[in-house]
Amino acid sequence: MTDDEKYLQELLAKEAAGELKPSERFKIPAQDMPTQDGVARRSNINEVAEGYTELEARLEAMRCLRCKTAPCIKGCPVKIRIDDFVGAIAQGQYDEALAIIKENSLLPAVCGRVCPQEVQCQETCTVGKKFKDPTQGVSIGRLERFVADRDTGDGSVPKVAPPTGKKVAIIGSGPGGIVVAADTRRAGHDVTVFEAFHKPGGVMVYGIPEFRLPKAIVQDEIDVLTKMGVEIVCNFVVGRTRTIEQLMNEDGFDAVYIGVGAGLPRFMGIDGEHLVGVYSANEYLTRANLMKAYKFGEGSDTPIAMSKKVAVLGGGNVAMDSARTAVRLGAEKVYLVYRRSEKEMPARIEEVHHAKEEGIEFCILQNPKRILGDDEGYVVGMECLKYELGEPDDSGRRRPVPIEGSEFTIDVDTVIVAIGNSANPLIGQTTPGLELNKWGNIVVDEKCKTSLDGVYAGGDIVLGAATVILAMGQGRTAAAAMNEYLAG
Amino acid sequence: MIDVEAALVARARKPGQFVIIGVSDDYGERVPLTIAGVDAEKGTIRLIFQRVGKTTAEMADMKVGSDLGYVAGPLGNPTHIEKFGTVVCVGGGIGNAPLLPIATAMKAAGNELISILGARTKELVILEDEFAAISDELVVITDDGSHGRKGLVTEPLKEICQRKPQPDLVVVIGPAIMMKFCCETTRPFGVHTEVSLNTIMVDGTGMCGGCRVEVGGKTKFVCVDGPEFDGHEVNFDLMMRRLGAYKAQEQRAHEQYKEHRCKIGLDD
Repeated sequence: MTDDEKYLQELLAKEAAGELKPSERFKIPAQDMPTQDGVARRSNINEVAEGYTELEARLEAMRCLRCKTAPCIKGCPVKIRIDDFVGAIAQGQYDEALAIIKENSLLPAVCGRVCPQEVQCQETCTVGKKFKDPTQGVSIGRLERFVADRDTGDGSVPKVAPPTGKKVAIIGSGPGGIVVAADTRRAGHDVTVFEAFHKPGGVMVYGIPEFRLPKAIVQDEIDVLTKMGVEIVCNFVVGRTRTIEQLMNEDGFDAVYIGVGAGLPRFMGIDGEHLVGVYSANEYLTRANLMKAYKFGEGSDTPIAMSKKVAVLGGGNVAMDSARTAVRLGAEKVYLVYRRSEKEMPARIEEVHHAKEEGIEFCILQNPKRILGDDEGYVVGMECLKYELGEPDDSGRRRPVPIEGSEFTIDVDTVIVAIGNSANPLIGQTTPGLELNKWGNIVVDEKCKTSLDGVYAGGDIVLGAATVILAMGQGRTAAAAMNEYLAG
Repeated sequence: MIDVEAALVARARKPGQFVIIGVSDDYGERVPLTIAGVDAEKGTIRLIFQRVGKTTAEMADMKVGSDLGYVAGPLGNPTHIEKFGTVVCVGGGIGNAPLLPIATAMKAAGNELISILGARTKELVILEDEFAAISDELVVITDDGSHGRKGLVTEPLKEICQRKPQPDLVVVIGPAIMMKFCCETTRPFGVHTEVSLNTIMVDGTGMCGGCRVEVGGKTKFVCVDGPEFDGHEVNFDLMMRRLGAYKAQEQRAHEQYKEHRCKIGLDD
């Protein structure tokens, strides 16, 4: 028995005897998750974080104080019974832990990897508060991932109620669509998921890179849907191939869920954005992930810029994903240009940390003024301005203010714009009577119902910019309302 | 030219719309192709393409009865069809293919139809009989004079614009450079000129932004705002640069494909 194993046994024995004090739990070192070496992983697309071992997971779980108030649950968008599942892990009851998570979340292997825990469950963790650092709280996400990864998926397909004769159409096969499909199918409805791309999974497949979320995990979730009897139709663009009106009036669908996700990529509106070598993050990541541009010449036909020096604009997870993808596609120098300071970056702390380990240079308090091109129209550089932080703005973050006369030029051949998306107009344009707000996002009530009867919506197309877990949360709400509507 | 079984696309499609195809589910590039025709009864759409890169070469090498990886569509906004009066349809090379359904619909809407078909040489003039059957006036013109008039499409286009009364609308589909010069030809006459743009695209639903063009000084997406735009507002120079973005890599993929076919003993 190793020292750590002995230590765990002692802790468990004390806990069983009711003698384990909080001060002793605070002494348990926060368990780091093993990762691939920072240099080695620059040249492969395999997952960076390798997951806890059993011993690490149980020690980490022992750090949890089992607070009576469980503040972590309040921080979770889908209200997973976190204290209970963490407790089960400490006891080595992994199946039990997974069952607890699955009461509320259908995609634990995904959420354990991509949720921004430090601003959700871990932000409110008492252990983190004690150390005045949310990253020192109990690593709830890593524990969620640990039990999800142990699930061998031995045909544990959720039970489906007897057929109701009602038909549900789900537009988009991303996280929201998957959840609605599972929940409405469980209620016995006939469910079809329509996907515009040639592969299902939405942002989890085209957007989030393999090194952060292996595609096999997403495929497993899709397979579960198929086994439940959900039909998945790819290459079907609702609004074009068929409209929502046609699906409901001619094709016999009784309810529709709109989960079409990210819309039109935003650009900066500066000179030079039409140069060759300027990408939206959506395009860059889609080419790299869904279309496997990293295998160009080895089976893939998808071209992507052969970049040497890349500037990524933005400070969110998508910016980190783009920068880290560029590294793996062979870029020698990758700059991450963000107009606020690192503290204001919306990206997950772990992604920021991993990006730095991979050699990405953070250029904070800077913003591009224009992109420079050569005579042939290729990007050759970017003129930037330095910024400083002023008074807090509407978002509560300090407003970045440009410093006059601080222009300087960086030498880049590729610019990836990762500053968010506007709403996709396709569904709105082709669905009469569907209420949109002034930004083009779909207006829904607290049950995720739109202005049209039987039509529900959630995720990015409603929220503007959501996360996987928020999309899932809305999917849950919508599916419950749809099941109620269809029963009535 | 191929006919592809895609019943839902055939049913929904209107003139001016396009599809995105892929030859394989996993690794292939996604290529936008304009729909040249449709057989609603058989549920097929007609795609006419020129063998220029790997994907089109693979499509050209397909035997009757084989499967494409996928077809998604119809995409883009349909052409606005109404009775304008006199409509001039100008096609360049392979552009005649997407132009035909538009010309047919314009004629059916009661317009007087003048068609100008241009190509480098005689062999590249396609669909001449089909245009002849619907046009009130047809001009065929080749760069080398091997068929019809000798010269560029801009010459007869200018002559027609000089007529009194002027044509009410010009629709141009062809290579970017040809559309650019057609727009320069009609601009002094103030004749509204619609062009159909075929830019590089990934998803075709507004998500990637790869197809963006500058129209009237604003960024527009060909897939959701187009593919047709007022040609006098389009910045063709920027668009042509972006079209050439992947030339070297496209060539490499095509070379590899040809090499591979030689190794397995096929022609090409």
